[in-house]
Amino acid sequence: MLRLEPRPAPSRLFAWASPVISLAITILVATILFLALGKDPVKSLSVFLFEPFNGLRSLTELGLKATPLILCSLGLALCFRSNVWNIGAEGQYLLGGIAAGGLALWITEQKIGISRWAFVPLAITAGALGGALWAAIVAALRDRFNANEILVSLMLVYVANLLLSWLVFGPWKDPKGFNFPQSMSFADGAAMPRIITGMRLHWGFVLALLAALGMWLFMARFYLGWQMQVGGLAPAAARYAGFSTRRALWTALLTSGALAGVAGAFEVTGPMGQLTPYVSNNYGFTAIIVAFVGRLHPLGCIVASLLLSMFLIGGELAQSRVGLPSALSGVFQGVLLFSLLACDTLIHYRVKWQRSAAPRLAGAST
Amino acid sequence: MNETALLIAAMLASGTPLAIAGLGLLINEKAGVLNLGAEGMLLVGAVSGFAAAFHTGSTVLAMLAGAGAAALLAVVFGWLVIWINANQYATGLAVSLFGGGFSAFVGTGYVGQKLGEPVNHAIPLLGDIPFIGPALFRHHPMVYLTVLAVVVVSWFFFRTRAGLVLRAVGESPESAHALGYKVRLLRLAAVACGGALCGVAGAYLSTVYTPLWVEGMVAGRGWIALALTVFATWRPLRILAGAYLFGGVTMLQLHLQGMGVQVPSQFLSMLPYVATIVVLVLISRNPLWLRANMPASLGKPFFPGG
Repeated sequence: MLRLEPRPAPSRLFAWASPVISLAITILVATILFLALGKDPVKSLSVFLFEPFNGLRSLTELGLKATPLILCSLGLALCFRSNVWNIGAEGQYLLGGIAAGGLALWITEQKIGISRWAFVPLAITAGALGGALWAAIVAALRDRFNANEILVSLMLVYVANLLLSWLVFGPWKDPKGFNFPQSMSFADGAAMPRIITGMRLHWGFVLALLAALGMWLFMARFYLGWQMQVGGLAPAAARYAGFSTRRALWTALLTSGALAGVAGAFEVTGPMGQLTPYVSNNYGFTAIIVAFVGRLHPLGCIVASLLLSMFLIGGELAQSRVGLPSALSGVFQGVLLFSLLACDTLIHYRVKWQRSAAPRLAGAST
Repeated sequence: MNETALLIAAMLASGTPLAIAGLGLLINEKAGVLNLGAEGMLLVGAVSGFAAAFHTGSTVLAMLAGAGAAALLAVVFGWLVIWINANQYATGLAVSLFGGGFSAFVGTGYVGQKLGEPVNHAIPLLGDIPFIGPALFRHHPMVYLTVLAVVVVSWFFFRTRAGLVLRAVGESPESAHALGYKVRLLRLAAVACGGALCGVAGAYLSTVYTPLWVEGMVAGRGWIALALTVFATWRPLRILAGAYLFGGVTMLQLHLQGMGVQVPSQFLSMLPYVATIVVLVLISRNPLWLRANMPASLGKPFFPGG
């Protein structure tokens, strides 16, 4: 039978091969699923693997969807590396969107003349503050009361969703909006500047790439970044060395909250241009998968964001092109993460074939 | 008076899925495995249960379908974390994310479909007692079965040899292994059992509690059930009490909305989630309460001979 044997040192090869293998497994599962549903697998697969890259418009849409994923996953990578399990990026993203949306609404209502470039730093500040505030609740409750950050950050996602819903159904509802749950459209100045006229891709994408570079520097070159990763890998060693776990907790949560908040701010003031109850496309949760597929590495997160963005666009296209529900991309994301986690075992273990008649100690077979 | 009886009845009905799921997760965690995929398993249970009820018209088959589907998902999780040593947190999250996507995909065709007329479950004679009847004796059988299940599990853990072994597997897998117990198989059995109960809870939600399928209809109950195991400090009877407490909070906010209280409905809907946070804070602030009953090897992988 097959046995796992610990490797003397983690395999660098499999650390990077594992996402590729798991992508191949996901494509295989997808092909089987398409065949089972009676769809042409080549046509269906091309919707996911080819169409998102076909032409300039598709490519800009790919970058547009990757932007919030990059920002959210960067923060999550830092958190997971520091052994802080923030899984509520979705809520922090929503708060950032609410904060920046509120600012844009205020500018619109006060008829303040502002250029789009002057608006960018304001939107970033508002979004970062909103997201960091939401994450600070998690950090404070963990720090002060030892409350589990997984459950608290997740509960806050539901609270954030309801808060947004209250705002767009209530005080921020557009009085001229035929009673639809949406705010009025933002003024022209209160929006992210576009990179190419006519395309929705905005400069936030470039800023997200710069953020990834910054995060890479922080993790690889800064003492605090290194301390936090030691704390994640070997908590006992970090304690012995006197590295503060509290500082790691707060830094990880505030940074990831701020990044997720900026992602929300970009989305609301970028492609949306108003607040609606549907600010998020589940970006905060998809970013969890992105972070793992990107090996919790900032530059890996960029590649993984583009990959997952491809799945999201493929899911949207699947509905019109091959008549499959868009929820399909959620299934593929789940399969991708499952197979990735299974393949990751090969980083630390090698598989050995062993005759099942191997010498057995009494009762030691499992 | 009658209103209070209905409120109590609603509290028991809405606490039941939390109690079933919480009980399943408790069995899981007693064996030392933490499954963050509860939300996904409830969703898969809900959609499978709804599909079974829709095609066969049987609630019993719906519960079985929900249990089977969620248990299957739990076994995949169990295989990954117990044999392949995958990260428990990450794999649990994968179950939740996959369950959300899969249930939405499978459920697309069932959105807006209706199940048959609700059946009257009043118990003859007992159901006619004023106040007590409508409060306690007009429930779906699942509500009573849940109470029974909690008692049985409590007895199993603290009064039987098999329960003792399962607890040993969660406390000190090395010792259990040395005594010749098959730690991994026992853990897998506990995980499958936990998944099955989560599936039943999901099927109860989609076929009995609100006989409808809506994407994401579990609405965080899986996560609340996870918090419930902490709240109950891993004691079965306290799971039941906690579940009814949360059921009460849920019903109270619906009740207040119905009474036209001058608070926006969204703030009232936040109550169960805020209550979960408050309860977690209150329980977690005293480490002794947690440590007294928490399975010592919860979330730690066990690799025999490794």
